Amino acid sequence: MAERAALEELVRLQGERVRGLKQQKASAEQIEEEVAKLLKLKAQLGPDEGKQKFVLKTPKGTRDYSPRQMAVREKVFDVIISCFKRHGAEVIDTPVFELKETLTGKYGEDSKLIYDLKDQGGELLSLRYDLTVPFARYLAMNKLTNIKRYHIAKVYRRDNPAMTRGRYREFYQCDFDIAGQFDPMIPDAECLKIMCEILSSLQIGDFLVKVNDRRILDGMFAICGVPDSKFRTICSSVDKLDKVSWEEVKNEMVGEKGLAPEVADRIGDYVQQHGGVSLVEQLLQDPELSQNKQALEGLGDLKLLFEYLILLGIADKISFDLSLARGLDYYTGVIYEAVLLQSPAQAGEEPLGVGSVAAGGRYDGLVGMFDPKGRKVPCVGLSIGVERIFSIVEQRLEAELLYKKNPKLLNQLQYCEEAGIPLVAIIGEQELKDGVIKLRSVASREEVDIRREDLVEEIKRRTSEPLCTC
Amino acid sequence: MWGKGGRLVERRTAGWIEEEVAKLLKLKAQLGPDEGKQKFVLKTPKGTRDYSPRQMAVREKVFDVIISCFKRHGAEVIDTPVFELKETLTGKYGEDSKLIYDLKDQGGELLSLRYDLTVPFARYLAMNKLTNIKRYHIAKVYRRDNPAMTRGRYREFYQCDFDIAGQFDPMIPDAECLKIMCEILSSLQIGDFLVKVNDRRILDGMFAICGVPDSKFRTICSSVDKLDKVSWEEVKNEMVGEKGLAPEVADRIGDYVQQHGGVSLVEQLLQDPELSQNKQALEGLGDLKLLFEYLILLGIADKISFDLSLARGLDYYTGVIYEAVLLQSPAQAGEEPLGVGSVAAGGRYDGLVGMFDPKGRKVPCVGLSIGVERIFSIVEQRLEALEEKVRTTETQVLVASAQKKLLEERLKLVSELWDAGIKAELLYKKNPKLLNQLQYCEEAGIPLVAIIGEQELKDGVIKLRSVASREEVDIRREDLVEEIKRRTSEPLCTC
Repeated sequence: MAERAALEELVRLQGERVRGLKQQKASAEQIEEEVAKLLKLKAQLGPDEGKQKFVLKTPKGTRDYSPRQMAVREKVFDVIISCFKRHGAEVIDTPVFELKETLTGKYGEDSKLIYDLKDQGGELLSLRYDLTVPFARYLAMNKLTNIKRYHIAKVYRRDNPAMTRGRYREFYQCDFDIAGQFDPMIPDAECLKIMCEILSSLQIGDFLVKVNDRRILDGMFAICGVPDSKFRTICSSVDKLDKVSWEEVKNEMVGEKGLAPEVADRIGDYVQQHGGVSLVEQLLQDPELSQNKQALEGLGDLKLLFEYLILLGIADKISFDLSLARGLDYYTGVIYEAVLLQSPAQAGEEPLGVGSVAAGGRYDGLVGMFDPKGRKVPCVGLSIGVERIFSIVEQRLEAELLYKKNPKLLNQLQYCEEAGIPLVAIIGEQELKDGVIKLRSVASREEVDIRREDLVEEIKRRTSEPLCTC
Repeated sequence: MWGKGGRLVERRTAGWIEEEVAKLLKLKAQLGPDEGKQKFVLKTPKGTRDYSPRQMAVREKVFDVIISCFKRHGAEVIDTPVFELKETLTGKYGEDSKLIYDLKDQGGELLSLRYDLTVPFARYLAMNKLTNIKRYHIAKVYRRDNPAMTRGRYREFYQCDFDIAGQFDPMIPDAECLKIMCEILSSLQIGDFLVKVNDRRILDGMFAICGVPDSKFRTICSSVDKLDKVSWEEVKNEMVGEKGLAPEVADRIGDYVQQHGGVSLVEQLLQDPELSQNKQALEGLGDLKLLFEYLILLGIADKISFDLSLARGLDYYTGVIYEAVLLQSPAQAGEEPLGVGSVAAGGRYDGLVGMFDPKGRKVPCVGLSIGVERIFSIVEQRLEALEEKVRTTETQVLVASAQKKLLEERLKLVSELWDAGIKAELLYKKNPKLLNQLQYCEEAGIPLVAIIGEQELKDGVIKLRSVASREEVDIRREDLVEEIKRRTSEPLCTC
């Protein structure tokens, strides 16, 4: 017994050592070595069969949804789903795990955040990291050339909680995507319309949708003189402009990432700009940018996009923002991100960055990676960051809750109040003899005798009234 | 080597081939690891599947029926994570534990995918120190079934669970569970069904008085359970021949387990000279008698059969157990998580939550689980047989144009319709042909088309066309939303 206790202590210490190394961002080899030692110690402990531990927690980064949280979730999903349906989307579902190969090579540096399943002698599996790669796999597998679909499901990421406090490892995504070869920018415009409809209907405050284009960024970096090899890392610096000042961003690019100061300055002239369609027109006239073929393509598409957004009545919510650079891994054209304008302080999942509640863009090359002949299926889509929205809606509801207590009420009446049940059908001996049921309104406390055979009708009548004046 | 006419002549020897293969491998090695090598994996993992839009439409129909029944009975809903700490699931599933999916040890907590929704429920109750709740939970569960043994078995499949936890007066919640089961199976219209009921204590008592050794209890149980699939002769042979049970004991068991009936059988057994001597059996019989009284009041007694051969899945059940079977068994391939013909099951399990509570505090529970995968296939087949067209979208109107250069007008109109809450679409083409637009409607089942034309624009009208009847009528633009709503709200949608 003592031997086992000592072994358990060693496991605990080694586990802490591993955690410490990860926090300090020690080298991968060093971490691997210590993890191997940990696994060896654990193996000595033997299987945990039969030993009852009182594990009363969900795994790190995951949570249960209580009935109250489910009510919030259902409200939010109802709004989102009815919008997707209003736009004629079909719905699909995919398994929670994919073959490991399916996910390999799709997420760049983020690949280390994927949950793998244990090799139990069969196929190597991993939990899905998003809903986009499964969608591309679904399209290629079924040889589909066009579809408009939504998919609401949980995804899994082994985020390091030390770096990103409050981050969930299991969280919902609500994706809507249009796949297919169509006339330019019409589906892209509809995606933005959907984003605006959903965020308006949810009533979580004013919002703004930032729009940019991968090709404009590429072109802009090229004419500013950013070396190709630094493209991605400069991108992620620029992306921080929504959180920190230009000074800080410039310092990072020049000081940490080795960019020439003049190049940084040239970038600064562009990326601090944002505006409406007039900014697009202005840049189309820009002497340098207009020489770059890629940037011209991007600007041309954005011009067309803005024309459609005006017709769809949402142009006032859209801002062309040259600093929007995030998550460019598989995007090939327009990219967008919706942010709330008032940022209520809250703890909770922020999968899309500070203040961001939805994002998306065009990704024309992903499905081709799954097709044996490399056949491309152009796609554009959006993802709603619902976890953030759940917290906002939950807080809003908490503020509206009123508690009433009346010690004279019977337990049954109190149960009704707590559960929000509007009516009580009270059976009494005298009423049974008289062939009636006493129907009481919980809200008004009025009681009236209803004939038993009329009861169903009366209840239906009262509960179908619009404001349910029961 | 060079031959006549300057053509290269190759001498193929084994040694030469080997040499060239070695060069090939060397070259490949220089390419480095498989990083850039795209393998075209176009499949879902074994035992799992995607749900196409059509399958989702079936699934939504079925869930609507089930959820509205659960809600009608006042159940709250919860959700739990897809994986639990491995320790949470350890020691709860007996032999089936080898079917649990583990996650790879990546240096953190050891995790496993949930195997059912009952153990997470017990963990949830203990964790939140709840003493009573009525909840439903619909979610996928994961089992590494061996496909060679159980053909067509899914490894990822839905369960719909409803449970009542709490210390209440006997058999009332148990009766409500059976009422719910009957309501759901009736509403789904998948054919006639029967609910078999038994009790763990009756089985225990019966085996005891028949002379089954305690150590053989579980294995004899699983033999008896096969009576719904095979004959008594076969079951007896297995018990005596394979499991070493004395033949007289087997015969005594046979006298009991081949019986089934209504409340009269309960009364009969209460009078049984041997069974009535067994305390456990008496308890079980007493509860079943009370249960039947309630089932009569709830109007479902005619669907319930007290069946002494019902023995399945007894791991954590402590009292009443039940299983619903369809009476016509349509032949189909597909998931059969609850056994041949079984579409729902459940029972009372009073000891599970106590296993999670540090003080061992018990919270009695009773519940049921609907085997929806089987129901999905049945409903899907039924729809196919009826040749009913299942729509996968709810679009009410397609905004179309017959002439060119009207994309702007289409975008304006579709936006108006969306803002008014109308379900509408438009083709993503600047100048689509009217025929293509009409064909799109036919394929998707969209009932109406709002056609924009230059003349109509001048006149301030939209041409509203019924896809089914092909009739067209001019509607004033300001009346269009109203007209669409009116037509699409009619019961038979005679658009």
